[in-house]
Amino acid sequence: MHTHFEAAGVALPYSHENNTILIRSLQNLLPKESVLTDAEDLHPFECDGLSVYRQLPLVVVLPETMEQVQSIMRLCHAQRIPVVARGAGTGLSGGALPLADGVLLSLAKFKRILNIDPRNAMATVQPGVRNLAISEAAAIYGLYYAPDPSSQIACTIGGNVAENSGGVHCLKYGLTVHNILMLKVVTMEGELLTIGAETLDSAGYDLLALMTGSEGLLGIIVEVTVKLLAKPERAQVVLAAFDDVMKAGEAVGAIISAGIIPAGLEMMDKLAIQAAEDFVHAGYPRDAEAILLCELDGTNAEVSEHIMTIRKILTGSGATEVRTAADEAERQLFWKGRKSAFPAVGRISPDYYCIDGTIPRHQLPHVLRRIGEMSAEYGLPVANVFHAGDGNLHPLILFDANKPGELARTEEFSRRILQLCVEVGGTITGEHGVGIEKIDSMCFQFQSAELSQFHSVKAAFDPHGLLNPGKAVPTLHRCAEFGAMHVHHGQLCHPELERF
Amino acid sequence: MDEHDLGKALQQQVLDAFEKENPLNITGSGSKSFLGHVPHGQTIDVFKHRGIVNYDPRELVLTARSGTPLSKIEATLADAGQILAFEPPHFGNQATLGGTIACALSGPRRPYSGSARDFVLGCQILNGRGEILRFGGQVMKNVAGYDVSRLMAGAYGTLGILLEISLKVLPRPAASITVTHECSAAEAIESMSALLGKPYPVDAACHDGDHCHVRISGSAQAVSEARTKIPGETMPDAETFWAALREHEHPFFDHRNTLYRIMVKPATPPLPIEGSWLLDWGGAQRWLFSRKDFSTIRHCVEQAGGHVSVFRSDDRAVELFQPLPAPLLALHQRIKSGFDPKSIFNRGRLYGNL
Repeated sequence: MHTHFEAAGVALPYSHENNTILIRSLQNLLPKESVLTDAEDLHPFECDGLSVYRQLPLVVVLPETMEQVQSIMRLCHAQRIPVVARGAGTGLSGGALPLADGVLLSLAKFKRILNIDPRNAMATVQPGVRNLAISEAAAIYGLYYAPDPSSQIACTIGGNVAENSGGVHCLKYGLTVHNILMLKVVTMEGELLTIGAETLDSAGYDLLALMTGSEGLLGIIVEVTVKLLAKPERAQVVLAAFDDVMKAGEAVGAIISAGIIPAGLEMMDKLAIQAAEDFVHAGYPRDAEAILLCELDGTNAEVSEHIMTIRKILTGSGATEVRTAADEAERQLFWKGRKSAFPAVGRISPDYYCIDGTIPRHQLPHVLRRIGEMSAEYGLPVANVFHAGDGNLHPLILFDANKPGELARTEEFSRRILQLCVEVGGTITGEHGVGIEKIDSMCFQFQSAELSQFHSVKAAFDPHGLLNPGKAVPTLHRCAEFGAMHVHHGQLCHPELERF
Repeated sequence: MDEHDLGKALQQQVLDAFEKENPLNITGSGSKSFLGHVPHGQTIDVFKHRGIVNYDPRELVLTARSGTPLSKIEATLADAGQILAFEPPHFGNQATLGGTIACALSGPRRPYSGSARDFVLGCQILNGRGEILRFGGQVMKNVAGYDVSRLMAGAYGTLGILLEISLKVLPRPAASITVTHECSAAEAIESMSALLGKPYPVDAACHDGDHCHVRISGSAQAVSEARTKIPGETMPDAETFWAALREHEHPFFDHRNTLYRIMVKPATPPLPIEGSWLLDWGGAQRWLFSRKDFSTIRHCVEQAGGHVSVFRSDDRAVELFQPLPAPLLALHQRIKSGFDPKSIFNRGRLYGNL
């Protein structure tokens, strides 16, 4: 586990006296109850969804206006205090992990929906608004916000922007970056910037793309304008069972080749199927080696037409069983199984570690075989859940953190899976972000010059490196220490050497 | 088509230019040379750096060198029943992928399926230090590192030379028809805006001065179902119409005045600026030929919450793009110098001081 963080910049020496001054200054800017310093108040903020990493912040601030955020940032900038922004804390890569000598800036009080504009199909909301709340508020107009990360009941739109969150529907509807129009952002210096516009594009560089997925390293998001889409008339899901994972993989390619972009296309392997079935009784075939869930949406007639085609393709690909949900209740049940896969695996193992690589889809057989081999090598079982449409693979490593050394072995196994994803032309993170968790794996994916280019982007926004330091982009020094070999086009520098 | 990887040769030219601080004018076929400020500097020719590097229709991803002609890419995709869903304008027979992405040009389908930048998955670039760098990748979902590849879209080459680009591609809709009805611009804006709230597979909508045209594309069933719900006559030869609109070959564009591109929220009522108007992108992108000066137009567009640029003009020594607020411009300059510290690439093409 990492305990050392590389805070860049020239922070004031970490001392009790300086901390007292900082806290007093913050108390001058905010109401008393918006500055938390007692250990018991700080505890809820010590980790995000990746709870193996924990750290109490020096102080938590809960501003509720843009002006308050600006004055906090000006103060921290002047005193060179690092700042970590936090939404709902549902992130899975430790991106919101606090710093012992830093301010944790919670946007929990920014939870107003400012405007729903049905005529222009857009909504403006504060960053602490929950993802699902936007769709709920837009529903009376027949509109919704498309990206639906599995945590959408709890996760906030500000965090979604910071992580460029996806969801099960992103093959068809895109990621956060495709579904937002404008951001208001407070820089480390306390300047309020408007990035993007209410129009479909804006003047100058596409800073909206740059901000999206920047993991809190470039600015504090204080307002978000999103696009809304018309709710499809109908959604229907088809479940197919296979006696071989490879056949399920082939079926995915066949569906895409037929010119159909399903709204969702999910795969689960045997261990995941059984765990989910035992947990929520979704009606999954327990003896299948793999299942595919294929959701189709659109107009009534379109969905009917596509279901016919899909059923034919699935049967032709060797599915042992193809079922169309009989009604909305069964459709929800099919999805419940998939959406409960993580907690379901949590029931059969003391701990599990979720991995988030993306691979070109045709590499799936090779990657699953290698994961199986490594699973045997490490003696750690793996359940695989796969956003099959877009190649985003979530192997879940089952382990027991109470067994000495098992977490470290799990993390090493996880890094090797990510390295494999890079070798086959994929990436170390499809949707969970780098955060603190995959910071070392960034050294596999990027060469020094590329990392340096990232640093130059960072410096353009935050020259002193005070925003969320130590996350998302490693220093060259860190990569050197990590002993990274740069993987490029699947070529290791010294493939003959054992690296771990 | 001849395939050439000129990456190394281009790198050498950039290294030389970096050394001598010589400005470079990045050029493909030259089809976009009318856009932005008049390029100056020594020409660096990426036109022959071409070839489709990787394309597997099942992956929905195509990777090509920047000099690859768009027509070649579109023909290759068509063979597999796929398209570039942002329907890029070419503005010339030899238009290249690199120029299209550098200028972030999208056609009529843009509001409904996404923009050029939306479909960028990754790229390989040459920065101003002559380093060859890769960002993004060839997969749909990738959040490792800042999204530098989408930043390249619309940067007009000022941040680096695009060498290779990976794009998401999509299946061609099985069926498509266009319905037309006569109406005013104000009425067209109303009906195009109302369509945003309907689950019909609309993928283009415009008002060309006296008619509103709505294109419906999708499965055969979906199209015929939606056809009954959208008023108007079926347009014969709609493909030609949309291609002409996309390429600015529609008769509307046969005009001598300055052409302004105005971006507003789609439901914005017609703006009170004298001139000749065409509303594309469901009302979100409006083309205006006018004799009024840029600042008058800009003022009116800003009042409506939009922005404007000069798209075609004989006089390109004046301001062409919506000016940026000072802090944002300063941020642009810092980003630019991070990629191109000696400002050798397309100096002044976008803004005088970038």
